[in-house]
Amino acid sequence: MFNTYLEVIRIRFLMMLAYRVNYYSGIIIYSLNIGVYYFLWMAIYGNNQSLQGLTAVQMATYIAISWMARAFYFNNLDREIAQEIRDGTVAIQLIRPYHYLLVKVFQGFGEGLFRLLLFSIPGMIVVSLVFPIVLPTVGSVWLKFALSLLLGFIVNVELNLLTGLLAFFVLNNQGLIRAKRVMVDLLSGLFIPITFYPEWAQMILNYLPFQAISYLPSMILVKGLSGSEWIHALLIQIAWCILLCIPIQMIWNRAKKTLVVQGG
Amino acid sequence: MFHLKLFLEYFKQYMKVRLAYRWDFLAQFVTDFLFQAVNLVFILVIFGHTSQLNGWNRYEVIFIYGYFLIPWAIFSAIFNLWDFNERYVIRGELDRILTRPVHSLVQVIMETMTPESLIGVVTGFIVMGWAAMGLDLTWTWLDPLLFLLFALGGVAIYAGIFITLTSISLFTDSKSDIQPIMFNIGTYGRYPINVYHRVIQFVLTWILPFAFVGFYPASYLLDKSHWQWYAMITPLVGIVYFCIGVFVWNWGIRNYRGAGN
Repeated sequence: MFNTYLEVIRIRFLMMLAYRVNYYSGIIIYSLNIGVYYFLWMAIYGNNQSLQGLTAVQMATYIAISWMARAFYFNNLDREIAQEIRDGTVAIQLIRPYHYLLVKVFQGFGEGLFRLLLFSIPGMIVVSLVFPIVLPTVGSVWLKFALSLLLGFIVNVELNLLTGLLAFFVLNNQGLIRAKRVMVDLLSGLFIPITFYPEWAQMILNYLPFQAISYLPSMILVKGLSGSEWIHALLIQIAWCILLCIPIQMIWNRAKKTLVVQGG
Repeated sequence: MFHLKLFLEYFKQYMKVRLAYRWDFLAQFVTDFLFQAVNLVFILVIFGHTSQLNGWNRYEVIFIYGYFLIPWAIFSAIFNLWDFNERYVIRGELDRILTRPVHSLVQVIMETMTPESLIGVVTGFIVMGWAAMGLDLTWTWLDPLLFLLFALGGVAIYAGIFITLTSISLFTDSKSDIQPIMFNIGTYGRYPINVYHRVIQFVLTWILPFAFVGFYPASYLLDKSHWQWYAMITPLVGIVYFCIGVFVWNWGIRNYRGAGN
């Protein structure tokens, strides 16, 4: 059973490898984004040594790491699922002897793994040469970050599954998918670390799953969170991983009953 | 006149297609609005921690962003060439275009336009107006006229660069991902240019002149005299880049051999 899913990861990885040229432009795009936010944030810091508990160098590192982490957790599973529902291929997927959603998750993981190895790591090396960032040298911090990154990936995948599955009910959910992507980028802390938001916004964001995707992993790496702070961050991520399974399962059960295949 | 009638026919057709999925059409408005709001939220949040960005205050930065939205909206309503390679070259729809007695670029533009993006102009004016209320600006009768010229110049710059890049598909049918790169460089133009490194400033002015789309004209309208000569040449830069775009397109069409059968 587990071998099936390993195979799914492998195949997706190889598929991505076949189209690797696409990813060189991706590295440039991510570097450009890191660039614009780097300069803006440095202008914001001006003569301030530190804002909201982050020094200017930590901020630069935060920007770089959060974009490179995005390369890992970002995927188009929502779009793929919606597409398969719309063109009817989901009907064939459903009669195959595997769990459709789990296969999607592992496909996303294969894609993420590819980008992590061939995109984030070389990208990070380039970025660390261009911008003055400081990466931790302690192995345990990287291990904590890796674990947190994986949990962030799971939360993001779960949100993708949710938006993708809505295509069962609204038939054309392209707009919703785009809106979700923008919301995730803004509220996950990719552009602005959560602590920079006004108090009232932080209150709300602390009760939303988005911070688990980008903000918490990046903070673990940048500030090297340890002890109770680290446990707290980890618990938030795990809680969202589990909580989000509930609506997915509910929608999935209903979707299977109401499936309407347009053509196919 | 002929082109206007053609445009109206295409427009009618387009509306029929879009209104088939009414909710998606509505969702498009909402998401476009969200995209713009995200950047605004970014500006608002960062000014919670500083009073100025290299000499620019909160309202000035918002004003520049609001101004940028206007040429950007007009550009994205008319020149929606993102999937040109896929649709026209790989699937061969360009062959159909080339048999018709209207300039190929005009046809492609009319087939791919997304007029609903024009809503961004309204958003732009609201954002600009809101920012202007927080500023003490003195506008003469000439300024609205210049504003129009600047905006059209900005559209022409974007259009020229994107047509040039799209034309690459006419020479080679392999996929190139340069368009999204340009799109991302374009975002540099909507913040004050003096926050960037000198090399970047130079590139944004003379090589990929995205600073003319947002920052330079907006700074003129903000009564900053330091960059006013740059602002004044905006229409000229627009004409130059647009001509380059059309030239490369025509050259590409002459060169075009079709993909496969």
